[in-house]
Amino acid sequence: MIAICRKELADYFTSVRFVILFLLACLASAGALYAAYAGIRSADIPTDFLFLGLFITPGEAIPSIFTFVNLMALFFIPIIGISLGFDAINKERSNGTLSRIMSQPIYRDNVINGKFLAGIFILFIIMMATLLIVSGLGLRLIGVPPTSEEIVRLFLYLIFTIIYGAFWMGLSILFSTLFRSVAISLIATIGIWLFFSFFYILMIAPAIADAIAPIANGAVEARIHNMELLLALSRVSPSYLFSEATSVLLNPPLLGSLGVITLEQVVFMIPTPLSLGQSMILIWPQLTGLIALTGICFAVSYVIFMRQEIRST
Amino acid sequence: MLYLSLCDSADGDEMSQGIIVETKDLTKSYDGTTVVDHLNLRIPEKEIFGLLGPNGAGKTTTILMLLGLTEPVSGSARVCGFNPTREPLKVKRLVGYMPENIGFYENLTARENLDFIAQLNNISAAKAHSKISELLGVVGLGEVVEQQVGTFSRGMKQRLGIADALIKEPKVVFFDEPTAGLDPEGINQILDLIASLPQIGTTVVLCSHRLYEVQRVCHSVAILSKGKMVVEGSLDELGREAFAGGRYLIEIETSQPSPQLLDIIKGVSGVAKVETTGNLLLINADSDLRAEIAKVMVQNDFPLTQIKIQEVTLDDIYMRYFHEG
Repeated sequence: MIAICRKELADYFTSVRFVILFLLACLASAGALYAAYAGIRSADIPTDFLFLGLFITPGEAIPSIFTFVNLMALFFIPIIGISLGFDAINKERSNGTLSRIMSQPIYRDNVINGKFLAGIFILFIIMMATLLIVSGLGLRLIGVPPTSEEIVRLFLYLIFTIIYGAFWMGLSILFSTLFRSVAISLIATIGIWLFFSFFYILMIAPAIADAIAPIANGAVEARIHNMELLLALSRVSPSYLFSEATSVLLNPPLLGSLGVITLEQVVFMIPTPLSLGQSMILIWPQLTGLIALTGICFAVSYVIFMRQEIRST
Repeated sequence: MLYLSLCDSADGDEMSQGIIVETKDLTKSYDGTTVVDHLNLRIPEKEIFGLLGPNGAGKTTTILMLLGLTEPVSGSARVCGFNPTREPLKVKRLVGYMPENIGFYENLTARENLDFIAQLNNISAAKAHSKISELLGVVGLGEVVEQQVGTFSRGMKQRLGIADALIKEPKVVFFDEPTAGLDPEGINQILDLIASLPQIGTTVVLCSHRLYEVQRVCHSVAILSKGKMVVEGSLDELGREAFAGGRYLIEIETSQPSPQLLDIIKGVSGVAKVETTGNLLLINADSDLRAEIAKVMVQNDFPLTQIKIQEVTLDDIYMRYFHEG
């Protein structure tokens, strides 16, 4: 398995795909960083978490979608994950190299495990490099060093992004096992990504929530039901899970609940930032959900690959 | 060549003497269609065995089952004493395979491709290095060792495929259409390579449609059709059985046919029947009596223009079985 992992890594590092993705991630992060720098003075962030503010502040005139974390969650991590896995198995099959490898004395699962591991390693490298670049540039720009808690939060953010990226990679590996054609597996994965990241959250979940719990007469209970249903439905989407998790992780001054809070309840809340432990408790379900989704995708592709027949014709 | 003979590595269970691949009622069906139907094969050691048949006869599926890449529905197989379904890794250590549409990693060089396979076989780096150089020299790719496989022609890729199958010093090698798409010179080179393999202790199983080539290199063949074995045996046995009921047909051309000649020939022991057509005499005999008949004719001063034993080509045999079937 190590041999396969090494070969896959060598292939990735020398391929155009990797260079393009890396450059894209770096450039977009640099853009988001610059926008954040421009807007950070006007944003109301406690000094303890100023460094983290670099990652979550939108620019002045730019819509809030263009923060670093949002960009990552919605665009880059899924794209990186998908491009790492969409031709994992069917490229070998169509090139004829799969029969050749399978006639060597190796266990069949080493092939798919090796590819998955190599993908995770590449994800780790890209994400860490991007984070370090943004941190370094940010440090240079605002001159405020991160506190130890911020460093821990950033490290946890790195772990989260790797899990999230691994989910998309697992999904694309699943489709590459199911479909013979590389193009179809790519299109299917991209379709699912677009659906769950954009259309579902913006259009379909609200429509379902409105259908099941309509706000007929504007009463508070009806509104609360509607919003809670909307939240529950949105959490089906992995992008939403990830955004929720990272927004709590990187934005400690956030009020201590992810649900619907009425103004009356807000009055009673203590306006100090959440500690690390409390933040983690809040987002533990999201993390578990993401890990579970990744695990399921990988398990299904594993089982399918083990049962498939390897013919070159 | 620096290969060592491999006949003394530890085998699994008992196998019949000298038989290295054996199947018993091997059956495989997909979606209700039986692709391989109760196949009973016995492939002797250190020989070149041809597996023939029309498209869809089940040749590739049989090879996949013998390698452990597909599970049979019923029946069993033994390759080098091991069961490929239960102990696939042990089988794969001893068996090389060159599939029909072999593919390589185009962005890697020939050496890197073979190196990867050597690593998967747990061959140490130093040994792999020398073995790869040697093998690539043997298959005629000595000059392009460090070139990317993407630049190779089809013939070169096929030759690389042979090197790839031999890198683990296998006891049995399966070739599936090794000469498909090659020019005549390429075909000759590959066939010469294949013909030299039994000398180093490797058994070869060759799957092909090209009867002329199979005839050129194979010692024995089996013909499959619709999953069943139609006929099996060495080439001359098959020929005789197909056309002469197991007997030898000797053809003599003489400028002077006469009844005395016929009597004299009938007098040679072992001759069953003599027929004449113009200048040609067709003799049906128990064994190869060309020497005796020639001696008898010359001793009695009969002019002998030509004497030959009727050779049946694989083409004829093949057509015969499939015309009837």
